[in-house]
Amino acid sequence: MTTLVAVLIDGLIYSSWLFIMAIGLTLIYGVMKILNIAHGSLFALGAYSAASLAGYWIEQGYPPMGSYAVMLVAAILVGLIAGPLLERGLLRFMYGRDEIVLVLVTYATFLILEDFIKLVWGVDPYFLYQPYGLLGTFDIADLTYPNYNLLLLAISVAIGGVLAWALTRTRQGKILIAVIHDREMAASQGVNVSRVYFVTFTLGAMLGALGGALTAPMISVQPGIGAETIVLAFAVVVIGGLGSLPGAALAALLVGIVRAATVHLRPELDLFSIYFVMAAVLIVRPKGLFSVQEARKI
Amino acid sequence: MSVILESRALRKTFGAVTAAADINVAIEADTVVGLIGSNGAGKTTFINMVTGYLKPNSGSIRFDGRDITALGPRQITQLGICRSFQIPQLFDSLSVSDNLLVGVGIVASAGKSWKNAASTRGTPAEAVETMLKQFGLQPYRDMAAGTLPEGVRKLLDIAMAMVVRPKILLLDEPTSGVSAEEKFMLMDLVMEAVRAQKVTVLFVEHDMEVVSRYTHRVLAFSEGRIIADGEPEAVLNDTEVRKYIIGETIHAKRGSHAQA
Amino acid sequence: MKRERTVAILTIVLAAMLVFAPLLPNWTMFLFTVSLCYGIVVLGMMLLIRTGLVSFGHGLYYCLGAYAAGTLDPLFGITELAVMLGSAVVITAVVSAILALLLRKYRDIFFAMLSLAFSMILYGLLVKTSSLGSTDGFNVSVKTVFGLHIAGTPYERYLIFAVTAIVAWICAALIHRYLNSHRGRLAEAIRDNELRVEYMGASVANTIHLNYIMSAVLAGLGGALMAVSVGHIDPEMAYWTTSGEFVFISILSGTGSVLAPFLGAAIFESIRSFAYEYSPNTWQMALGTAMLLVIMFLPGGLWSLFKRGGRSTT
Repeated sequence: MTTLVAVLIDGLIYSSWLFIMAIGLTLIYGVMKILNIAHGSLFALGAYSAASLAGYWIEQGYPPMGSYAVMLVAAILVGLIAGPLLERGLLRFMYGRDEIVLVLVTYATFLILEDFIKLVWGVDPYFLYQPYGLLGTFDIADLTYPNYNLLLLAISVAIGGVLAWALTRTRQGKILIAVIHDREMAASQGVNVSRVYFVTFTLGAMLGALGGALTAPMISVQPGIGAETIVLAFAVVVIGGLGSLPGAALAALLVGIVRAATVHLRPELDLFSIYFVMAAVLIVRPKGLFSVQEARKI
Repeated sequence: MSVILESRALRKTFGAVTAAADINVAIEADTVVGLIGSNGAGKTTFINMVTGYLKPNSGSIRFDGRDITALGPRQITQLGICRSFQIPQLFDSLSVSDNLLVGVGIVASAGKSWKNAASTRGTPAEAVETMLKQFGLQPYRDMAAGTLPEGVRKLLDIAMAMVVRPKILLLDEPTSGVSAEEKFMLMDLVMEAVRAQKVTVLFVEHDMEVVSRYTHRVLAFSEGRIIADGEPEAVLNDTEVRKYIIGETIHAKRGSHAQA
Repeated sequence: MKRERTVAILTIVLAAMLVFAPLLPNWTMFLFTVSLCYGIVVLGMMLLIRTGLVSFGHGLYYCLGAYAAGTLDPLFGITELAVMLGSAVVITAVVSAILALLLRKYRDIFFAMLSLAFSMILYGLLVKTSSLGSTDGFNVSVKTVFGLHIAGTPYERYLIFAVTAIVAWICAALIHRYLNSHRGRLAEAIRDNELRVEYMGASVANTIHLNYIMSAVLAGLGGALMAVSVGHIDPEMAYWTTSGEFVFISILSGTGSVLAPFLGAAIFESIRSFAYEYSPNTWQMALGTAMLLVIMFLPGGLWSLFKRGGRSTT
């Protein structure tokens, strides 16, 4: 019984984290048809910024509870700076080229940013453990969890909720959905696709950085976290269906629970349980859980 | 003349849309048949089913007496039925001669499963030359297919269908997208190249002048059914055909400029 | 004739390398050896790319080949190079033949991701296998080459280099021949228009399956030769970033000729070695920048600098 509860809770926590990571990626893909490998760097940038800024905050003796706000601000700043820089400064010139070419551009960007991070922050790990323990813990069925995890869960639900509402109820959101479905049609209806791209990418960047910032207290922030995370985010996005937000949520849930189960029941498989899930899903649903219908070609 | 292709009670629905409802057709060898009908009448669906791209909901298709309903495009091509496309399906980054070379290569390396593997005369290069000449494509031989003008793309598309030496050739709107002056030139060229090989031809067309000029027989489709089947003159004058497909007002008779 | 010229160039380069290598300093010969190994892998990538598929998981076979070669000693006490290479070929051929049954149904991003998934599965498996040294991997040594005992001899390095160069020559010549055959021409046709290929009576799935196996075996050979040259293997060979390097070199080289992957690999290795020497924390940045420049200004890869236009091979 304890194991079941542990699996569920661990699964939910891991799912929330995966969701925050994946949602930015799938949003960018859905609107711009770019599989953004550099998302991993944004995650890392968010983690590093949060670690150093919040770390500084705490070191200077400011109220520890404020560190959460600092983390959030760090993430938003990273998104607001890196997002526009990347989109306006680089990606914009590559639109219209083959999808694979754009993936490679983001891969090149990822490589550049990995070293950029090393140059700015060095190669030694950063630790930001305080925010993790500050909120206390909660008990359930003999198990103790830090309340920080609840924060993670709450934030992911909030993001999902806000996005779902924004996309279906606001005008800007509906425009975004139109661009996701057919960019050319949207443009011919007067939508400023260029601006939609800009906003989407920046939003996605912020979400990626937020994922990193929220994760920082849970890990040792060091080179390589970007590479590790981006593959997981990819897997979730592909499982859910590229560009589908409900897909990302469902996939995150599925992957989270499966991983928690393997960790508890078959720990030797935990590193690649996610890839088994991906292979399994793709066999049954070749384009992921939620995919778009294709029209007749000939 | 023997029946080379026939369909019995062919039916195809897409959800609430009936693209084909009880199509019964028997095509004789070595004839030229025109398929006419408004958009959505079921002509391309018929071709897609004959070539194995779509499976009918019910009914059967027989080629030379053999049931081919369940086969896919590849097997049907190997048996001897080929098609061209409304939108030319080419290898855009390859040159015109390389496009044809691919086809020649497929036939040259075909195994025994190819009932129709007529050997190409001479070397692959010679076979390509012959086709380039037959279809008037020599000036374009080194140009990438993606850069060709539309009429030439259509020609190449049809040439590709011919490369694998079919017994039946299905042309899907061969002159659509081609300018009015060039339509007859294209059809003359195609028909000459094709008829030399004693190929049975079915083509979908919207231009009634082309239809009346080149066909022995016309099938008129409307809403998934064949509403007229016979000689071009008869079909093009049929009341139902005029009502649903051609229109009532103007109809130029073959060779004359008479107004109806 | 383009065909004869390519093989002629290959032979000249091989001969030059074999003759001049002993005169070069060790680090140059090592650089050449590594470039050749990578070049063989990228040759396989090029075959797939010509077929319209970009694999983000070829590290799977690169690593499998290496481990297939390297585990022969601990398992059976075999240290003969020919057998090690044979093992790499057989294992990668079998695994790829099976995986291709699934992979050949996918394209674009899904093919890339699924191939990545399989490589990460291998990575995970190896990391968790302590008997294989988990993340540290283990050392590999070759004692005999076609019966000739080389371990500890002064010409050990040279012989390994020579075998690598000859294997590379054989692979390049074979692939060149294949690409100019009827079956080989289908690759680009499939890339351009699969529907048309099926409608001309050829099987897209079978061709992809075949090309995939060939590219996997090439990656395995490259991995095995690398294992022997470097003397050490570890699971990192299957990590997605390794596959990413192969993709990168493919883009750098372009798909114009079987000579291109080796040129690209040599340049890549040179940049990597020198950039790393200069500053270990900026070589990825240098690589990334180089990739961006190639993508932006040389979309056909470096090989397009040599191309003279006109694509006919008849």
